[in-house]
Amino acid sequence: MSGTGGISTLADHKRRRIDELTARTAEAGGVSLIREAGRRLLRNPAAIVGAAIILLFLVIAVFAPLVAPHDPVQRFPELTKELTVDSIPGATAGHPLGSDPLGRDFASRMTYGARQTLFVGVLATLIGLLLGVLLGAIAGAVGGWVDVLIMRITDVMLALPSLLLAITLVALASRSTQWTVIIAVAVVNVPIFARLLRGSMLAQRESDHVLAARALGVKRKDIVLRHMLPNSLTAVIVQATLTFAVAILDAAALSFLGLGDPDINRAEWGLMLGVDGVRYFEVRPELAYFPACAIILVALGFTLLGESMREALDPKNRR
Amino acid sequence: MVRVIARRLIQLVVTLIALMTLVFFWLRSLPGGPVDALLGERATPQTRELLIRALGYDQPIWVQYGRFLKNVVTGNFGNSIRTGEPVTDVISRSFPATIELAIAAIIIAIGLGIPLGYLAARHRGRLLDNATIIVTLVGISIPIFFLGYLLKDWLTQDVHVFPPSGRITTGLGNTDVTGFFVLDGLLTRELDASADALWHLVLPAFTLATIPLAIIIRITRASVLDVLDEDYIRTADAKGLRNATVRKRHVLRNALLPVVTTIGLQTGALLAGAVLTEKVYNWGGLGTLITDSISGGRDYPVLQALILLAAVVFIVVNLLVDLSYAIIDPRVRVQ
Repeated sequence: MSGTGGISTLADHKRRRIDELTARTAEAGGVSLIREAGRRLLRNPAAIVGAAIILLFLVIAVFAPLVAPHDPVQRFPELTKELTVDSIPGATAGHPLGSDPLGRDFASRMTYGARQTLFVGVLATLIGLLLGVLLGAIAGAVGGWVDVLIMRITDVMLALPSLLLAITLVALASRSTQWTVIIAVAVVNVPIFARLLRGSMLAQRESDHVLAARALGVKRKDIVLRHMLPNSLTAVIVQATLTFAVAILDAAALSFLGLGDPDINRAEWGLMLGVDGVRYFEVRPELAYFPACAIILVALGFTLLGESMREALDPKNRR
Repeated sequence: MVRVIARRLIQLVVTLIALMTLVFFWLRSLPGGPVDALLGERATPQTRELLIRALGYDQPIWVQYGRFLKNVVTGNFGNSIRTGEPVTDVISRSFPATIELAIAAIIIAIGLGIPLGYLAARHRGRLLDNATIIVTLVGISIPIFFLGYLLKDWLTQDVHVFPPSGRITTGLGNTDVTGFFVLDGLLTRELDASADALWHLVLPAFTLATIPLAIIIRITRASVLDVLDEDYIRTADAKGLRNATVRKRHVLRNALLPVVTTIGLQTGALLAGAVLTEKVYNWGGLGTLITDSISGGRDYPVLQALILLAAVVFIVVNLLVDLSYAIIDPRVRVQ
């Protein structure tokens, strides 16, 4: 492989793992594999469970206004008047999960939380994916010193454990907002996607369909865009599915460290767990239990689906 | 072998220089630079001016950069903005706490992870295997700080089994030798101090071990399953070797190779997890230091040094793992 053996030791293994994964999916390539993988996926109960969890989560997120009993930011006098230092009202009529520390309807906040959590997870994943794919595609398609430079940058980023890198990025911004969190979590994933795509492009450069296209005189730009990129996408999609789970966990961790979104109206599960859930754990642990269970369930769903997809696409499992 | 190590060490230095360069320029590209971040927006022009001069920000960027690199090489990271002490002092004081915690966690993760993964693979598809798969999946999906609070709530409030926070009971009169409290107790024959420190270590170590444990179990299981499929295992069985021999010499030895790599990579998860775990248990190590350096106004000199330290630890551990490969896998030595 060209361009390796350069500056960093660091996660030579992290790197090798990504490259291995890509090579495996890339060499398999092609439509029949995807169809076959799809069939295998449908037979895998883990994939079905994962997909069902994700679907449920999506439905709640999309239809939050219909599902939620109330407005998530409204403070209810009947709830606020019962708030004291060491008690937060539990379930009452009209408020099935009781109150949050500011007298807002907790059930509604949980429901809208699906929306905000989806927003953070999807954006963090997508931004990481787009930047990573772009860098990886450039590195793989252009080669030469551009490739070396891009890969060296990803090496440096992989030298820090991912959550620490995210903490560093947020800390370097002088003030946190929802966007610093999203971008920090996204940037952490850029090197992974970049390596993934580059590896896949390199593996394909010598493959029969690309050679055939080149022999037919197809322009380089078209070879990259029409032949190489689409074939790399399966690996990217699998990685994105797994990344989503990590993204919402990282966002929750940042909230817990006090680096999260400072907007007190924002109903996002990581924020609800990491700030109020933890602060009032002894007063009303439900404030932590509900968002924590929601996060675990969603992360589990994406991990199950992502791993089943990876397994289904792995030609080693081909029968 | 020596050449491999030398090459890797050179790579390490280059990566670190690149990392520091990025951090350096990033800090200076902030709107207002570190000065505003340090003083806040209400500082008077005079104080700003003083601080700028004191930190040397009035000089050309290349001069600043050169001096910065020189300082890093000589181990001079400046003084903490929060406390005014030298950064190296602040860090070396917190260092043993985190290392003690991380070592305990990795012992738990390896000590439980490999046997559990192996058992799950041997009982593939049965209850034990399925239960293990589900538990490990939840283990990698749970926010570990939440798990920390759960454990703390159950085992220190509901049932008073473990102490809720800190590294050792205050007022125990233990002698501080190395900063590693368990070790100190053994060195000075204050065995009660060692026991007390160990007792404090249990919950934080288990919390921190969660993710590495789940991952080691999964990798061990997958790896053992792969190896069990190999022809040489069938051959060994067919030769009539005793079951225990096959397991020890053929299955485990081969299956553990990928696990070793994973253990190296998990140091990363440990460093990041320590930040969360230490906050839950008020541990007072490097993780606490990171949190404090961020939340009480950004303490950039400390942060810079911590980032560098984290990268060094991560890279060095992975280098050691690679070298250990040569010892446990003769095939690598040949290459």
